[in-house]
Amino acid sequence: MDKQNKSKDKGVKRRDFINTGVRLALGVSVVGTAAFTLKRSSTGKDYVWQIDPFKCTQCGRCATECVKAESAVKCVHAYALCGYCDLCGGYFKPGAKLETGAENQLCPTGAIQRKFIEEPYFEYVIDEALCIGCAKCVKGCSAFGNGSLHLQIRHDLCLNCNQCSIASVCPSDAISRVPADEPYKIKGDFIIEKEV
Amino acid sequence: MIKWIPRIVLILILLTLLTGSFLHAQQRFPKPEFDTGYVQPDPSTPEPRAMAMEYFDVLVLLVVLSLASWLAIKKRSRRGLLWLSVFSLIYFGFYRDGCICSVGAIQNVALSIFDPGYAISITALLFFVLPLLFALFFGRVFCASACPLGAIQDLLVIHPISIPSWIRKTLGFIPLIYLALSVLFAATGSDFIICRYDPFIGIFRMDGPFLMIFLGMTFLFLGMFYARPYCRIFCPYGVLLGWMSKFSKWHMSITPSECIKCKLCEDSCPFDAIEVPIEQSYRDPEVSRKNLRRFIFYIAMIPLLTLAGGWTGAKSNVFLSRVHPDVYLAELMISNPELREDEENLDIQAFLEAGLTFEQLIEKAAVIREKFRKGGMAMGGFIGLALGITLMNQVVFRRREDYKPHKGDCFSCGRCMDYCPVGKIVNSA
Repeated sequence: MDKQNKSKDKGVKRRDFINTGVRLALGVSVVGTAAFTLKRSSTGKDYVWQIDPFKCTQCGRCATECVKAESAVKCVHAYALCGYCDLCGGYFKPGAKLETGAENQLCPTGAIQRKFIEEPYFEYVIDEALCIGCAKCVKGCSAFGNGSLHLQIRHDLCLNCNQCSIASVCPSDAISRVPADEPYKIKGDFIIEKEV
Repeated sequence: MIKWIPRIVLILILLTLLTGSFLHAQQRFPKPEFDTGYVQPDPSTPEPRAMAMEYFDVLVLLVVLSLASWLAIKKRSRRGLLWLSVFSLIYFGFYRDGCICSVGAIQNVALSIFDPGYAISITALLFFVLPLLFALFFGRVFCASACPLGAIQDLLVIHPISIPSWIRKTLGFIPLIYLALSVLFAATGSDFIICRYDPFIGIFRMDGPFLMIFLGMTFLFLGMFYARPYCRIFCPYGVLLGWMSKFSKWHMSITPSECIKCKLCEDSCPFDAIEVPIEQSYRDPEVSRKNLRRFIFYIAMIPLLTLAGGWTGAKSNVFLSRVHPDVYLAELMISNPELREDEENLDIQAFLEAGLTFEQLIEKAAVIREKFRKGGMAMGGFIGLALGITLMNQVVFRRREDYKPHKGDCFSCGRCMDYCPVGKIVNSA
């Protein structure tokens, strides 16, 4: 009886020893993986998603592929680049009359407001509440104008998903993680930055 | 001289491409000079959520995990664990929209290990590491109280039915495959499939594509009968937690002191994670010898299964690599060259506009496919090895005299503790 108990004790001890050993190995591998990962990506910065307007091909998927019903992608107007044209390629449908009627407007939701500034200049302002990020105006502005209209991910709307669902279907790979302290790629600033 | 002309042209083209960014700056229409004193507005740039808040999330996770460990092991309170899980569901689920979660963080870690260009955020890394370390010491307390995906299913366990062990074990193999696939796809930079097919994130956001919401509802409905279906049939993070928990230093127990084998807790676990005492029958020399033979056979099978898995994985690289958009596009353009003219095909049109040559795309796709060959081999080998070990464990019996939770499968939810009469006596004393 005593002998049996002893051998049982021995078994328990051996099992405990193996358990401790495996636990140690697992712990070391978890911490090791973490340390390796950290060393590998030493920046330790935080990232958010943003669109590179120079890569964007205005495919229109931003309007439909965002996980939110109202896309976090909106059109942004880099006023510094705008030519303030009367015949705005981003505002009017090609060949339309220069009147602000809805039938002449390129924007499906009428989110661009056109305002007369002085002869012959007009200001175009995006109403973000209406904008759906479809990039129709961006396409028009890039084709016929200065390209001052462009898409950006708006960080007050973006959920900063672990994997941006637009990024994974973006045909031109325009969406990438950018450092959180420079969360936008607004066209004007962006160019200046590139030239420096 | 004539020989040089193509090169000069090439250099000129390259120069033009390089200065492309400056060309962008050149405006078709010059900037107007305003006489009326009009001031140009600046585009607004709303700031992202303060990053300090993300560190706060880590702190919340740490507090929840510590509290859950205390509740499960020391306080032994099912009620406490339940309320804690409700809190996690509200905070990590509905308030933080289910992102970032530890389950998805596997992919961030995998990608950052294999892609030096990708920098993982400290938050994601800590979300990955903390629950694992806690599981190593206290069991799967993360599943019990901190995981919003687990919490939403746990609340809807209404009429759990007991599932035969062989079905459970077979289904329980799926998470391993899912884990291997998600690491492969993340490491090759193809896709984050855990996030894409997360069934509950649509419910947390109360917004999302139909399929996502439908999947979530299906899981919740199924979960009324097959408790926590996502955790048990799919969750890849659960695999890692299970390994850790199996060797945990402390673990929740059904009874606070001696088990009296009253069998009251036997049916209390909706996840069939309670192991009943094993009788001495396996000591029967006949059975014992048969088991030993099977044991040796399975051990011999492990290297074979690993090799077979590795071979199959490496061979399936063509099929698997199609998940990567570049490979998909390259294959599509080879098999359907007429699609080049198709204005409707956004991927091809965007590619043609971007100015890359077709050969460059093919080259890129070949590199990715090679990655998939290596990765697929590792993945297949891993699955084979895991299968071998699972089989081997089928014939390993340890003498068990008490009712104990299976340390790998137990979510530490604490339901069984309420069934233990010993606990009642200890509590009232």
